Amino acid sequence: VFDLVDRPFDMATLVAAVGDLGSGALVTFVGYVRERSDDGRPVTGLHYEAHRELALVELRAVGDDARARFAISRIAIVHRIGELALGEIAVGIAVTAPHRAAAFDACEFAINELKARVPIWKQERYVDGGVRWRENA
Amino acid sequence: VTVRVVCYARIRELVGADAIERTLPVGATVGDCFDDLTREVAGLAELGASTRFVRGTAFVDRATELHDGDELGLLPPFGGG
Repeated sequence: VFDLVDRPFDMATLVAAVGDLGSGALVTFVGYVRERSDDGRPVTGLHYEAHRELALVELRAVGDDARARFAISRIAIVHRIGELALGEIAVGIAVTAPHRAAAFDACEFAINELKARVPIWKQERYVDGGVRWRENA
Repeated sequence: VTVRVVCYARIRELVGADAIERTLPVGATVGDCFDDLTREVAGLAELGASTRFVRGTAFVDRATELHDGDELGLLPPFGGG
């Protein structure tokens, strides 16, 4: 499963999607909306948007690269777009592998690659009414 | 050649539109199109080094030649995750 969704989703969907009896390890990563920005401004929520077609191509490519580099079985990546409230999941990744090391490594690789190469943009919305686009380093 | 330039996120706000049409000389590249736009859009030049480009569903670089009817997306730095 590689998807962009405009409604809240639940990690159980991703966990089910990567289920594999040849695997003994399942690692998940969840990125969710924090109540403060990196510089401490109180946040009311986030707005995400994407170039949908290219983002889906790139999400699949991240998954393909993860499978090529690490001894994993299956990987799923879902990113939310639209308006997110505090605590809502922005990105979920699930990876299964025969052994845990590859699953942890692939999960970290996938979130790093997603941040660098998938065309998704984030705007923080602040309690004081301001907004700011936030870019990955 | 006439192309449709589609603007995302921060660039959309600078340009003030989701998409605009641009007509350029035959042989014009992605870089020519972008540079042309920076002369009219305040603040866009500063994003030049970090902007990426998409045509269809593939990244393209500044040297890519544009064709009539192309849709060129201007992608500011990403913020996913």
